[in-house]
Amino acid sequence: MHCTELIDNAGIFEYTHLIKFPLIAHLDDLSDICGQPVSERHLRVSFIPTYLAFLTASEITGVYAVKDVSVIVGGKAGDGINNAGLIVAQLLNHLGYYVYMDIDYPSLIRGGHNFAVVRAAEQPVAALKKTLDYLIALDQETVQRHYDICQNCVLIANADVVKPPQNSQAISLKSILAAETAPAITGNSAMIGAFAKAAGIPLETMEEVFRRHMPKAVDLNIRVARRAYDQIRLVRAMEPLNRPPHPVLSGNEAIGMGMAAGGLSAYIAYPMTPASSLLHFLAENAERFGITVVHPENEIAVILMANGFSSAGIRTAIGTSGGGFCLMTEGLSLTGMAELPLVLVVSQRTGPSTGLPTYTGQADLRFVLHAGQGEFPRFVVAPSDANEAYIWSVAAVRIAWKYQIPAFILADKTLSEGTYSFGIENKMEIPVDEPQRWDRQVPYLRYRDTRDGISPLAFYGEKDAVVKVNSYAHDEAGISTEEPDLVTRMTKKRLRKWDILAEELDRHSVVNTFGAPDAATALLCWGSCRGPCEEVASALGLKVVQPLVLSPFPKKQIAAACRGIDHLIPVEGNATAQLAALAAQHGIVAGSPILKYDGRPFTVDELLAQVKEVAA
Amino acid sequence: MARVLITDAQNTWCPGCGNFSLQHTLKNILASREKEGLSLDDVVLVTGIGCHAKIADYLNINSFYAIHGRTLPVATGIKLANPDLTVICCAGDGDAYAEGLDHLIFAAKRNIDLMMIVHNNRVYGLTVGQYTPTSPLGFKGKSTPSGSAEYPFNPIELMLASGATFVARGYTKKMDLLQQLIRRGIMHKGFAFIDVLQICATFFNMTDYYNPRVYELSGHNTADFEAACMKSREWDYNRDAPIALGIFYERSLPTFDDHYLGRPLDPDARGRRIRELIEARR
Repeated sequence: MHCTELIDNAGIFEYTHLIKFPLIAHLDDLSDICGQPVSERHLRVSFIPTYLAFLTASEITGVYAVKDVSVIVGGKAGDGINNAGLIVAQLLNHLGYYVYMDIDYPSLIRGGHNFAVVRAAEQPVAALKKTLDYLIALDQETVQRHYDICQNCVLIANADVVKPPQNSQAISLKSILAAETAPAITGNSAMIGAFAKAAGIPLETMEEVFRRHMPKAVDLNIRVARRAYDQIRLVRAMEPLNRPPHPVLSGNEAIGMGMAAGGLSAYIAYPMTPASSLLHFLAENAERFGITVVHPENEIAVILMANGFSSAGIRTAIGTSGGGFCLMTEGLSLTGMAELPLVLVVSQRTGPSTGLPTYTGQADLRFVLHAGQGEFPRFVVAPSDANEAYIWSVAAVRIAWKYQIPAFILADKTLSEGTYSFGIENKMEIPVDEPQRWDRQVPYLRYRDTRDGISPLAFYGEKDAVVKVNSYAHDEAGISTEEPDLVTRMTKKRLRKWDILAEELDRHSVVNTFGAPDAATALLCWGSCRGPCEEVASALGLKVVQPLVLSPFPKKQIAAACRGIDHLIPVEGNATAQLAALAAQHGIVAGSPILKYDGRPFTVDELLAQVKEVAA
Repeated sequence: MARVLITDAQNTWCPGCGNFSLQHTLKNILASREKEGLSLDDVVLVTGIGCHAKIADYLNINSFYAIHGRTLPVATGIKLANPDLTVICCAGDGDAYAEGLDHLIFAAKRNIDLMMIVHNNRVYGLTVGQYTPTSPLGFKGKSTPSGSAEYPFNPIELMLASGATFVARGYTKKMDLLQQLIRRGIMHKGFAFIDVLQICATFFNMTDYYNPRVYELSGHNTADFEAACMKSREWDYNRDAPIALGIFYERSLPTFDDHYLGRPLDPDARGRRIRELIEARR
């Protein structure tokens, strides 16, 4: 490893090589080695000379910068790995970092290997790296599975069950819990306390995080954590950024709160990973938000019940994953024909069929775009992180109601169950008008054929309105018809709404671009692939084109974003490059797709290597 | 001014179809409801797909002309959305007992407050003559030319087992009783189920079979579940036996919609609560 290369790559990717340098304690030292000035901005890297282990956190501050780290917490299913990961994320959040967490777990209740990967960085993050800085091992399997990327990382182990490797520090949970007469469930707090010390997180920060985010027995958990904190050496300190913490939300929580902010009053769902946590979140907060939450007998009942709610004037959403959505397609077509407003959250996992129930995928784009017999307008948005999920969930509810159409929020396991630093303060809200209401002129025509195709709404129970909702081809009053001219006219009426919606959306930015604006090579991606694409593009000087809205297809905005691009590389979590195929239908040609369909999200490192190969 | 209860839509039921009786019955009930000063604006009719369902086009009241088998989830959604509404489902036997059987059992289990009328003509009419879940064993239809190989469901027994709190059987040729039963069912607070024996004039005209066998339940204790079960088994929709008409069972229990009653929240209060929850995640 040479110095120039070292500096060039000091960005984020190949920093583990740095470890090979002996005792680099200071930027000046690095500058000396390299023979040129090296500033902090080069150093979104983590390398810590061993002697820093003997310094305290305050001594380290200002001496050395660790500003982009990955932490894995691993253990058995049932060990509370998700919650432990969230506390780790909050610790880093309270140091002023942006955080992102992915939880990897097999489809079972107890046993098996679960792990949470927390990444923290100075800039917003929505992707994982393959490298590791801290490994918190609750069991031996965690060490076995992750030790290969932990050669230079800080390993904190539960000495009772883990044979600690050389570079590790171990604590005995048994003895700590015995000393505090604490129940086994508080064991994770000891591991977190140990991590906090090793990462140089001040004790007061740790206590504050426990007080804010530990659901119960806070004092006991803090005592347990402090015992571990005192037993561990500071190994690799993270520099406090002295910025206020962000709210930390999962994608499904952001979707739930966004829909609530958009006026949602009912949520109906049958459990299915990775959409279940949205059902749980809204059920738990039903009273708080004033939302009716129903869990019916199956997904067929879910969408039909939702259609009933909508017809009675209640803003309703449903949520599922691919298999459940299969059962909903009949009801979806009814939604389209009957012109009922409805929000559908479809969170993808690996298919086909049962596939990998707890892993991610992006293979249902085509399905969601085409599901249901017949032709009817639909809105599909694919947010890429919690911020977009919130903003577009607000918009999805409003769009569904203004246009009386199904509006899809297309997520995946990575977004739904991923956790993100949340900050929408500076983001634009998408303004959408309130739905048009009936002018009280009798007779009420539920399907009045208007200029824009949108019929003013009245609901069951309104005085003098006979509201006739119909799945058959129907006239303006909602009475069935088989007259060819009328059928043609009413089909046009419905489809007109799609054009009007496309015009409205074109007034907002529905295609994101990142990276180098003038680059000749761009990555074309959607949904959760945006995170890794953005980092890779920034490292390689490429552009990223990410359509947020996929129906109506934002042809003009994508064409504009792709102007001057010679090489458009699709990056998708499926095996057939579905967005690329969709773009091709609209005359936007992409080649050499980079596809991943093993259920795991792209890491920045692997995508970087693949893009380098393709773009070379 | 009293509402004109029949729309201009052209009626396409076969002459002699049992659906006319049911439409007439519902029309009478609606007209007297209006006379009693109750608004028809609060009534919603939900239908499935099949001959019966055309009633959604013919009756000039709020309606949701749904899809095959799915009346009950739609009706449940409507009732939960606005518990002040009176929700009446009309479904066929294919609708209720084949395509939508799960919904029927769950509606009974939940005791959702609505009226479920099954137009049970024991044949698929609109698809021109196949056996249904209540056709007798050996029914020769277009999909079972050598006779069906399945015993029929006994819907009365099925509904009792599923927890329905109002279970009745009517017959379209006994219109006074039918009207009385449907009226009682609408008034019942909870899931009211009525299986209506209805002839299909074209594909399965059972008039001559039903007329001598039907009798009106009398002296039957509708509060006695065991007695209701016994009575429901008298005729199993297959073998020859007297056919009881009337209310088999009636009981008052908390309803599903009661559980979900009212949690209105103004948008500002909700916005505040969302912001608070987001803040708590810092």
